[in-house]
Amino acid sequence: MNMMSESAVEKALDQKMSDASHKMIGKDVSVYYGEKRALFDVNLNVRENTVTALIGPSGCGKSTFLRCLNRMNDTIENCRVTGKITLDTDDIYDQNIDVVELRARVGMVFQKPNPFPKTIYENISYGPRIHGLSKSKADMDQIVEASLQRAGLWTEVKDRLHESGTGLSGGQQQRLCIARAIAVSPEVILMDEPCSALDPIATAKVEELIHELRANYTIVIVTHSMQQAARVSQRTAMFHLGQLVEENDTDKMFTNPDDQRTQDYIMGRFG
Amino acid sequence: MASTHILSAYDDELKYLSRRISEMGGLAEQMCSDAVRALVNSDAALAQKVISDDVILDHAEREIGDKAIVTIARRQPVAADLREIVGSLRIASDLERVGDLGKNTAKRVIAVQGTGVPRKLARGLEHLSDLALVQLKDVLDVYATRSAEKAEAIRIRDEEIDAMYTSLFRELLTYMMEDPRNITTCTHLLFCAKNIERIGDHATNIAETIYYMTTGAQPEGDRPKDDSSNTLGAITE
Repeated sequence: MNMMSESAVEKALDQKMSDASHKMIGKDVSVYYGEKRALFDVNLNVRENTVTALIGPSGCGKSTFLRCLNRMNDTIENCRVTGKITLDTDDIYDQNIDVVELRARVGMVFQKPNPFPKTIYENISYGPRIHGLSKSKADMDQIVEASLQRAGLWTEVKDRLHESGTGLSGGQQQRLCIARAIAVSPEVILMDEPCSALDPIATAKVEELIHELRANYTIVIVTHSMQQAARVSQRTAMFHLGQLVEENDTDKMFTNPDDQRTQDYIMGRFG
Repeated sequence: MASTHILSAYDDELKYLSRRISEMGGLAEQMCSDAVRALVNSDAALAQKVISDDVILDHAEREIGDKAIVTIARRQPVAADLREIVGSLRIASDLERVGDLGKNTAKRVIAVQGTGVPRKLARGLEHLSDLALVQLKDVLDVYATRSAEKAEAIRIRDEEIDAMYTSLFRELLTYMMEDPRNITTCTHLLFCAKNIERIGDHATNIAETIYYMTTGAQPEGDRPKDDSSNTLGAITE
């Protein structure tokens, strides 16, 4: 009974995905670091309630593209982005867009867990506070608990909310960072190799979390682990030398990809 | 397989699988042709050899299975590599069945030895087995080249074997009706004919597997059938 309803949920999600509205649309996106061009006219759409994995060898532009999605590249000097990226209908590179606001809607989780050197509670409450998302202490408690619950961390930390976040294990720290990202109710979560510093158990927990988060969020993940892309994503995009080589259903990508370069890369062959 | 893996040991493992499949194929082919020869020449010694060779084939299938499992566990293969390994498993099990069918035919040699096989039926069986063995030989050649088009062509040819089998079935019925003393021999020969026809089916399976390994798609449409022996009751009239 339970199993059935669960697969029904899965089915509904897949259905939702297939007639997916595109949450974010990247059109002719190019990125230059000074003179050097890092991305070449990438056209990639991110579907709603879908985990999209970006794969490709080092320096292929996958992280660069990911960072375009919440304008993290703005922080890099000499970095220039051309083309158009929209979130729903908003052009995120529009002059009138508030970047802080944008990054609340499009949250990010990094490769190395980077909790603030503050308590677990404050790690979570910081974002909602600066965005004015809570009216009272009780309200904030509620946000902190819900975020930790969603990140699957609540039972592990509920008795030490006021201890330092940096005292947690690596895997817990990463889930704390995910909880922190969730706390400001983002629509999209970007993850840049979120498990590369974690052991297999902590990795499995984060992957399980990604799987669950898909119901409420749109997720884009950069990963060097092909197996991870295959495990967690529904769509996979393959980058090579700054170009988008192929974007496809993950199942298709890992059984019978269309592009020879994708094939060679995922099979670990010389191109 | 145009390019090689960065890990050369991975290539070695895949090559091992494909070499063992080819060896199994060669042996299975030999067993079947020997079994039919033993049958038409009433050669009990040759039949005995076929029966004992089956052990080698069984052993090879298990070895391929073990090696494939280890390779999957170690390499986490994807795309063409994954299809290659899963295909090897399927082909090995088809070839093992082909060996069993050869062995079963060989066992019947002893049963029909006393009466001998009427010349006309022997010719029919030989013809049927020629067709099936050509299928098997060709499909093994296609396995070596991994050509999807040739695999498709072999799949279509199975129709001929089915038609030949149906006609042999009809002939055997006629013999049995002529003289009830023929029934024992003819029943054995009927099983032999069925065995040989099944070999053709396994060759077709292998062709379909090769097509899938190469293209990643299942071959389209139903496989052609011309085996109407299952409706051959009306012949008694």
